[in-house]
Amino acid sequence: MKRAAFSQPLMPVALLLPQLVIIAVFFYWPAWEAIYSSFFLQDPFGFGSNFVGANNYTRLATSSEYAKVAGFTVFFTVIVTVLSLGTALLLAVKADKVVRGAKTYRTLLMWVYAIAPPVAGFLGALLFDQNIGPITDLFAFFGYNLQIGLNYNDTAFAMIVVSVWKQIPVNFIFLLSGLQSIPVAVREAALIDNKSGTRRFWDITFPLLAPTAFFLLIINITYALFDTFGVIDIMVKGNPASNPITLVYKVYTDGFRGSDLGGSSAQSVVLMVLVLALTVMQFRMLERRIHYT
Amino acid sequence: MTKISHNKKPLRLSTVVDHAILVIGALVMLFPVYLALTTTSHDNITLSREGLKFGFGDQMGVNFYTAMFEKGGFTEQIDGTKMLINSLILGIGFAIGKIVLSMAAAYAIVYFRLRFATFAFWIIFTTILLPLEVRILPSYEVVTGLGMANTYAGLIVPLLASATGTFFFRQFFLSVPEELVEAARIDGAGPGKFFIDILVPLSRTMIAAIFIIMFVYGWNQYLWPTLITTDESLFTLVRGIKQITQSVYEGNTIPEYGQAWALAIIAMLPPVLIVIFFQSWFVKGLVESEK
Repeated sequence: MKRAAFSQPLMPVALLLPQLVIIAVFFYWPAWEAIYSSFFLQDPFGFGSNFVGANNYTRLATSSEYAKVAGFTVFFTVIVTVLSLGTALLLAVKADKVVRGAKTYRTLLMWVYAIAPPVAGFLGALLFDQNIGPITDLFAFFGYNLQIGLNYNDTAFAMIVVSVWKQIPVNFIFLLSGLQSIPVAVREAALIDNKSGTRRFWDITFPLLAPTAFFLLIINITYALFDTFGVIDIMVKGNPASNPITLVYKVYTDGFRGSDLGGSSAQSVVLMVLVLALTVMQFRMLERRIHYT
Repeated sequence: MTKISHNKKPLRLSTVVDHAILVIGALVMLFPVYLALTTTSHDNITLSREGLKFGFGDQMGVNFYTAMFEKGGFTEQIDGTKMLINSLILGIGFAIGKIVLSMAAAYAIVYFRLRFATFAFWIIFTTILLPLEVRILPSYEVVTGLGMANTYAGLIVPLLASATGTFFFRQFFLSVPEELVEAARIDGAGPGKFFIDILVPLSRTMIAAIFIIMFVYGWNQYLWPTLITTDESLFTLVRGIKQITQSVYEGNTIPEYGQAWALAIIAMLPPVLIVIFFQSWFVKGLVESEK
C-alpha cells in the first residue's frame, strides 16, 4: 500500500468486488466441493451419495492402477523437465554467445510457445502417423514398427517428444533473459580470470543462472503435470485405458467417463496437496533469490 | 597493411559449431509445422497413398476453402470461420476481462486505505495454488448448475478466477513513484481521475504485454472448452482439434488430412503471429509476470 493512499471507503470495495465474486463462485466453491465430495461415494445411477470417510483415499492408496499412473507421471515429469531444460540451456547459451543473427535465432526458437498443447499433440500424431508419418517411416527403416496409440511404450515415447518440443521455447526465453541480465563487468572479469569457456560457464554463469533454473524447474513440473493434458488427450486417440496417462488425465477420465465423483475428487485433493507443496517450495526459493540479486 | 586490419576475424571452429547448434534447434522447431503446411497442399488420396510430402502441391486453396467455409466434415453444424470467430471471442474476451478485473483489484489494493486489503490480497493470492485442471469436475458441476454451460460467459468467466494479472499489476503499481499520487492529490484529483489520466497512460506497455500473454492463453484453452461447450456452434478452433482428430483417426473413410491440417494451421496462426510481431512486449510480459 502506498503511504499517500486515497481514503474513500466505498470505491475500493466496488473495485475489488467483481474479482472477489468471480473467485468465490468459480474457485472457492468448486475447490470446497472437491474436498467435500472426496469423502462421499456417489451412487452410479445418480441416487444420492453416502459418507464413506477416508474410504476414497484408501481406495487410491491400494489401487495398483493408480500406482501405475502415478509412476508414469513421475517418470514423464522428470524426463520432460530434464530434456526440455537441458536442450533450452544449450540453445540459450549459444544464442547469448553468437553476435550475428542473435535476434533471428531468438525468434526462431521461441515462436512455438504460442502453439496450444493439443495442436502440438496433433502435430505429433501427424509425425508419428501409422501410415504416413515420417518418424514412423524412419523407425521402420531401422526395422522397428512404431505404433502410437496401440503400444504403451511407443505412445509414451511420442508424448515425451511432443511435450519436450512444446516446452523448449518457454525455458529458452527465461534462460536467455537470465543470461542477458548477467552484468557485463562480471562477464569481463571472468574472461580475464579464465580462458576456458567451459570452466567459465560452470564457475560463473551457471551459479548466477541457478535461481532462474530453479524457478523454471517448478514451472516445468507444473507444465508436465497439468498443461500436457492436451497433448495426452490427442495422442491417446480416445483409448486411455491401454495408453500411458498422467494423474490429471486420470482425474478427468474417472470423473467424466467413469462417473466416479468421489474417487476423482480424492485424486483432485491429492493433486492439490502436491501443488501446494510445489508452491511453498517456489516461494522459499523466491526469498533466497532476492539475496542473490 | 593487411597485418593491422583486424576487421576480418578468422572464422573460428567454435563459432561455426555454435551456429550449427542454433540452426539445428531452429529447424527442429520449424519442421513439424512445415510438414503440416505442406500437408494442407495435397489431396487426401495422394497423401494416404504416398505418405507425407516435403514439397508443396496445388491443393492448398481448395483445402483451406473447404475447411473454412463448408459445414460438415469434422463437425456437422459449424465451419472454420465460425470457429475462428469463437476463438477470437474467447481470446479477446478473456484478455480484456483479465485486464479490467485485475487492474481494478490491484488499484484498490495498492492505492486505498482499506482495512481488509491484506485479506483480499490473500483471497486472490490463494488461487495460484490450484490450477483449473485439479478442480475441473466440481467447476464443471458448479457452472452447469448455474445454467452457464454452452454460453460464452460459461466459457470465459470461470477462466478469469485466477490471480496472475492482479499480481502483475500490483507489482507494477508498487513501482510507480509515490510522488505522482501525492502531486495528483495536491492538484485535487480524485481516485478516478488519477487512475484514468495518470495510471492508465503509464501502464500502456504493461497492458499491451499482459494482453498478448492472456490472449494466447485464452485462445489456447482446451480442457475447459472441451467440457463446457458441447454445442458445436460454440466450438473454438483449439476445441475443434479433438473432433478433427476423431474424424481423422477413428473414422473408417479416407482421412481428410488436407482440411484437418488447414484448420490446425488456422488454430496456430494468430497466436504465433502475435508472439512473433510483438516479441519484445511478449517477452517482457512473460518474464515480468512470472516473477
